[in-house]
Amino acid sequence: MSTHSVAANEGKIWDGGNEPFGASYGKLMMWFFLLSDAFTFTALLLGYGALRFSALNWADPDVVFQSAPGIESGAPLVFVGIMTFILIMSSVTMVLAVEAGHRNSKSEVVKWMIWTVIGGAMFLGCQAWEWTHLFSEGASITKNPFAPELVPYIEKFVSQGMSHHEATLKAVNEIPHNYEFTSLFFTITGFHGFHVFSGVVINIVITINAMVGTYQRRGHYEMIEKVGLYWHFVDLVWVFVFTFFYLV
Amino acid sequence: MAHAATAHHDHQAGHGHDDHGHHHETFLSKYVFSMDHKMIAKQFLITGILMAFIGMLMSVIFRIQLGWPEGTYPWMETLLGKWGKGGKLSPEFYMGLVTIHGTIMVFFVLTAGLSGTFSNLLIPLQLGARDMASPFINMLSYWLFFVSTVLMLASVFVETGPASGGWTVYPPLSALPQAMSGSGLGMTLWLLSMTIFIASSLMGSLNYIATILNMRTVGMKMTRMPLTIWAFLCTAILGVLSFPVLLSAAVLLTFDRLFHTSFYLNEIYIAGAPLAQTGGSAILYQHLFWFLGHPEVYIILMPALGLTSEVIATNSRKPIFGYRAMIGSLLGISVLSFIVWGHHMFMTGMNPFLGNVFMILTLVIAVPSAVKTFNYLATLWKGSIHMTPAMLFAIGLVSMFISGGLTGIWLGNAALDINLHDTYFVVAHFHLVMGAASIFGMLAGVYHWFPRMFGRVMNARLGYLHFWLTLASAYMVFFPMHFIGMDGVPRRYYSFTEFEYMKPWLDLNKFISISAILGSVAQFVFLYNFFNSIFRGEKSGQNPWKANTLEWTAPMDVRLHGNWPGDIPHVYRWPYDYSVPGAVDDFIPQNVSDDELPEAARSVNREQTLAAEAANQEKKEEASTLAFSSLFSKLGFRKG
Repeated sequence: MSTHSVAANEGKIWDGGNEPFGASYGKLMMWFFLLSDAFTFTALLLGYGALRFSALNWADPDVVFQSAPGIESGAPLVFVGIMTFILIMSSVTMVLAVEAGHRNSKSEVVKWMIWTVIGGAMFLGCQAWEWTHLFSEGASITKNPFAPELVPYIEKFVSQGMSHHEATLKAVNEIPHNYEFTSLFFTITGFHGFHVFSGVVINIVITINAMVGTYQRRGHYEMIEKVGLYWHFVDLVWVFVFTFFYLV
Repeated sequence: MAHAATAHHDHQAGHGHDDHGHHHETFLSKYVFSMDHKMIAKQFLITGILMAFIGMLMSVIFRIQLGWPEGTYPWMETLLGKWGKGGKLSPEFYMGLVTIHGTIMVFFVLTAGLSGTFSNLLIPLQLGARDMASPFINMLSYWLFFVSTVLMLASVFVETGPASGGWTVYPPLSALPQAMSGSGLGMTLWLLSMTIFIASSLMGSLNYIATILNMRTVGMKMTRMPLTIWAFLCTAILGVLSFPVLLSAAVLLTFDRLFHTSFYLNEIYIAGAPLAQTGGSAILYQHLFWFLGHPEVYIILMPALGLTSEVIATNSRKPIFGYRAMIGSLLGISVLSFIVWGHHMFMTGMNPFLGNVFMILTLVIAVPSAVKTFNYLATLWKGSIHMTPAMLFAIGLVSMFISGGLTGIWLGNAALDINLHDTYFVVAHFHLVMGAASIFGMLAGVYHWFPRMFGRVMNARLGYLHFWLTLASAYMVFFPMHFIGMDGVPRRYYSFTEFEYMKPWLDLNKFISISAILGSVAQFVFLYNFFNSIFRGEKSGQNPWKANTLEWTAPMDVRLHGNWPGDIPHVYRWPYDYSVPGAVDDFIPQNVSDDELPEAARSVNREQTLAAEAANQEKKEEASTLAFSSLFSKLGFRKG
């Protein structure tokens, strides 16, 4: 077979026999997967927008999220700020792991990956605490103790001699109210938490692979880059979830 | 650059070692958990054919009910048990059959069966790749599809029957298990099956995209790819971007069902009592569903259009007319398909201005569709046409595409939709344009690439019989439905006997049902031909259709995981060099370089000829402009 046009193809990145984006097929698949996943979250958040738009009232995030371990109330957004900081720091450690991978430094890759896993696990722990706390306040996927229309009932029950906590539980269980806020909150942060969880699992697997020298033998640490893409994506999604539920 | 090229090479070499036969294949690794794209393609095809027959037989059963609403058939009770008590199809199961027929045909046959088969078969072979980018994920894609198939079929056998709210499974019917029998476990299984299906489709699509972008052989420019590959690329991108939205819709629907949230439920009264679930929006579901649902139409249709382009060019012995326009129209359709979903929802009370936007965008789709149609016709024009069964089915696609496409222009009109929405007119429209057209494209593909899959040719006589019976029955079934629809008869009704204005259509319904049964019988001709030809068909030889694309350069008689023994062929030309003046044969495969051709047939010479022709044309135009200006000056007009 004649080879004269092989030479002619050199330098033309779209002419075949080449990776036009300078990315391996695996990275390309990851990018397109993330695009797809972005559409999943976009659909959920648009659903949030549509339902919130048609709701008569909405819970005030400064009231809902005013607790932290040891602080019962009066600290709006402090705890979620810490959570977000932890997640973003785990992205930083992921970047450091990828960078160490470029230098083929096994020990540093493993070190930064372990920090990333710890960051992810801490985020999940925080989310578990936050959910548990909301449950204790009477919230669930179909109960919204923060619904503004419950306030007069809670006040009425309190005036009958109940504690505020008891009055809230009674109102949320007995009075029909709009619970789209908590439904969406638990569904979407849960869906995001599921992504973080799977990210942590994947990161653990990859860390073990790095430890036993799989990538050292392979000669490159591209796998770290691929899981890094996923991890950064999950962080990016959190920025939107955070904005929609905690800020606006 | 050098690094990237090496990585690419390494990957190919990784598959290449299979060529030498050191690799021991067990029955499981060869036929069941195969990672060879050619075997996976056959798995998709055979599963797809099986599902197509199940879906078709379901339609026969409900067509019998529609044609003879008073009739009783003892075999119906034998077959369906309690759903066919007294030999009569029960209304509940009628709804279930309509729903599952739609679901199976749309997703399992025309999405997975069509795209799964031909994307898998042709992407690596036509691009000159050893296999898919990730053969493992490819295998996983098939087996997830298989699991979702099993779940969907299992849902037919649960006590309360399968999902029955139509293939679009709108809430509140689908969201409230107590709404009707089909809203129970069957609906849950439907959602579970579709979730797994989406995962399967995503894995397949990611593979197709990565393979097309990264694994093309040397010389396979994007503008030298066969149109099949362009169609698969656009299809895969649509799938990657639209299916996740259905996933989100399904997640919210599942929560409404299982955890009593009310994302889609608002102000529902059951037997006079208000439902506790309130505050949601059923329209939200429709938006999310149709954001998938409309691109889905093109996910179904575009692979069929791609296959047709290839079959028509090859069998006309002519270059495809307007290659770049064909690519442009695929891209145009892909972009437009994402911004027209609202035309399924004109009747939901949307803002008329928004309705107008959706209407105009919808009508714009007629432009790229017409480009494709005219290009097919122009390719056929003065071609040396070989009427193989594949060619007939490809031309059949063009026919169906026109007949069904024209009514699309009606339905896209928001004002006309008031009358036509949810009537048999819609049923007629989409069955012609995406059902029949895509099935015709798929069958064209099966007849054309059968030798590539099994090394044998399907029997042509049976193919002709199959084609004419299918073409005639498709029109006999769906054409009359337009009239029923224009009269305002709604789709999905169990019988036409309750309302006076529908009764005149009972006779036509009988005709439609008889035609549907005839069409179904014709498919058994295909089924026999398909399986008989696998074992007893005539051996095809290397390149039975004298086509240019690379898949016919890989050995046909032995199955190689890795496709080509030795090096992968390089590509020197586009895939449509048919009947090139000066060439010895009437086709020049893509892997033939100019050096191997007679002087006159070389692309360099042809480029010079084309340039000369263009210059000539310019001169002619100049001359005519001059003629015009002299004419105008004579008439008293002056420049400036």
